Amino acid sequence: MPALDYLKSSSQRSLKSVRSPKRFKRAKKGLSKEVVLAISRSKKEPQWMTDFRLECLDLFYKIPLPSFGPDLSALDFDELIYYASPEEMKGYATRWEDVPDSVKETFERLGIPQAEREVLAGAGAQYDSLNAYHKLKETWGKMGVIFEDMDQALKHYPELVKKYFMKGVPPRDHKFAALHGAVWSGGTFLYVPKGVQIKDPLQAYFRMNTKAMGQFEHSVIVVEDGASAHYIEGCSAPKYNATSLHAGCVEIFVKPHAKMRYSSVENWSLNTYNLNTKRAIVEEEGTMEWVSGNLGSGRTMLYPCSILKGRGARADHWGVAIAGKDQVQDIGSKVIHAAPETTSTVLSKSISKQGGVAVYRGLLQVNKGAKNSKASMRCDGLILDNQSRGDTIPTLRVNEKNVSIAHEATVGKISEEQLFYLRSRGLSEEEALAMIVNGFIEPVVRALPLEYAVEMNRLIAL
Amino acid sequence: MRKVLLAIKGLHARVQNQEILHGLDLEIRSGEFHVLMGPNGSGKSTLSSVLMGHTSYEVSAGAVQWEGKNLLKMKPEERARAGLFLSFQHPREIPGVNLVSFLKSSYNAVKKLNMSLFHFKKLLTDKMSVAGMPLGFMNRYLNVGFSGGEKKKCEILQMVLLEPKLAILDEPDSGMDLDAVKDICRVIKALRNPKQSFLLITHNPRILDCVLPDYVHLMVEGKIVKSGGVELAKRIEKEGYVNFMKAKGLKIL
Repeated sequence: MPALDYLKSSSQRSLKSVRSPKRFKRAKKGLSKEVVLAISRSKKEPQWMTDFRLECLDLFYKIPLPSFGPDLSALDFDELIYYASPEEMKGYATRWEDVPDSVKETFERLGIPQAEREVLAGAGAQYDSLNAYHKLKETWGKMGVIFEDMDQALKHYPELVKKYFMKGVPPRDHKFAALHGAVWSGGTFLYVPKGVQIKDPLQAYFRMNTKAMGQFEHSVIVVEDGASAHYIEGCSAPKYNATSLHAGCVEIFVKPHAKMRYSSVENWSLNTYNLNTKRAIVEEEGTMEWVSGNLGSGRTMLYPCSILKGRGARADHWGVAIAGKDQVQDIGSKVIHAAPETTSTVLSKSISKQGGVAVYRGLLQVNKGAKNSKASMRCDGLILDNQSRGDTIPTLRVNEKNVSIAHEATVGKISEEQLFYLRSRGLSEEEALAMIVNGFIEPVVRALPLEYAVEMNRLIAL
Repeated sequence: MRKVLLAIKGLHARVQNQEILHGLDLEIRSGEFHVLMGPNGSGKSTLSSVLMGHTSYEVSAGAVQWEGKNLLKMKPEERARAGLFLSFQHPREIPGVNLVSFLKSSYNAVKKLNMSLFHFKKLLTDKMSVAGMPLGFMNRYLNVGFSGGEKKKCEILQMVLLEPKLAILDEPDSGMDLDAVKDICRVIKALRNPKQSFLLITHNPRILDCVLPDYVHLMVEGKIVKSGGVELAKRIEKEGYVNFMKAKGLKIL
């Protein structure tokens, strides 16, 4: 039996029957050379990609699990499904009308079409592994902007994809990067040509829907000289009992004088291991901004990284993490100053409640020769009760003397005096607590796109 | 006879197993202006915290009635909604919370309204001018980076906004320059009406030059040892707490 039996049946179904689909066929559990080959075959990939996948699989078997961070021993690689697709999702829908109703309903519940209509320049949404909906406003398309599903981009722009694919995050980086390279599927390809400045944010919503499924979307963003863009990604998964794995990869290439902002809110369900890799390589006078909200997942290990490669490059990292019951949020920013006059700012706020554990694990590295660089890093933790924990583990490696580094880390409990002050003004204990927590993360939430700020506020409402 | 608003009888209270209030009696009626004086450590701030319902203080004996109801059974927010207000000696900083959004939540909670931000801003603009607070503070984080005087002014603004039945002012004049004290006097004077009561805790009899109190109380070692009119404050000012108490045969700590 082929690993991907859905392909056969879906090709026999007419478009009409797509209107009320209930049944999803899934790929087989477990990882093997056959599964990897089947994924590649099903996508009709070029040989180099098939070979690349197999190399990655070898690496995956060789590289051990990370020696730090939360316990991953319950993660059983043989119990996961590495590629799945709703059977009715035949290929690729460009018009909203063509998207099947069940998928539409999901998106509508998430407010995606409204957001797309009103604010966004284009929207892509990954329903399991195949993109259900991907569209870019015509104006930007005419200016040479490419905003596509990654699988499609590989078909339409093979050379461009090959030039960047896993060049920012090499598969030998860590076990999950290798796994990702072997089984990646879908994701976003965004290419902004020289000098094109996209004012409105581009958005994609990733969603994991099949039980015990891995999601391994790969995104490549290239912002050419003097161009600018803002890309928003939201991720979520409904609740299932079986364990899921999300090991996506985001590679961003910020060319000289270009500017990129990448915003994401990750709200996977509790049984998800969110082990995602995000990295930006920033060239001369380029600016990279990361805005992250991490709310969901049982175990998260996520350390967005900026490599400041060119003189005068800049990176800003803003992040909020909330660890609730049964959650470990092991998050942090990595910044590597590899050129002179580079600047970075890191602002991280984490909250732990109801027994949750929030760990800030950051790296700030200044290489020899990165003269006159400036870095400021601030990570604050707020612990809401006695069962919860918060830690900060920042690492500083400074190999250049002529630099300015400011670093501050705090972990504190909610203050009784603050609560009393607010309650004495008529607010209930819950309202007072929510107000203090909102205030704590406000500097980061202010940087979030409006719809996510609203979502974030709703999610942290205690 | 005016209605009794607050009646404290034989109040004992402790914090971390140390008793601070040792049987305090005080009655405040609607529209009255009371001043509470006393040396440092006599328990004045403890009294205000206990009245507002701070959870760190434990009431071990005595009773406090608010309009005939048991105040001690009410949560701090219920006391606020019932018309009790405390101007803190050391107001807390709440980072990330705008003054305007905080005050809107507070106002709506106390007044049991659901006023929109738009209408509230209009109201607040008026109240800020009454309290002498520059409008620029509206979008600042609550008390964050405020000077001592600005924090006190912000407390006064909250009193003006919430229109409590009884305002306890815990040393609103401490750490403020003369002009700022005058400003506070002006606001308090403007607020005085037959329904509005005050309990002013102060060391500074000068504030009494512009606000004429109905009663002055001297508090020593957790109870009120002497009550009188404004002349009591004058004598305390002239003689100092220690001499005054010696002359009166009162025990000193």
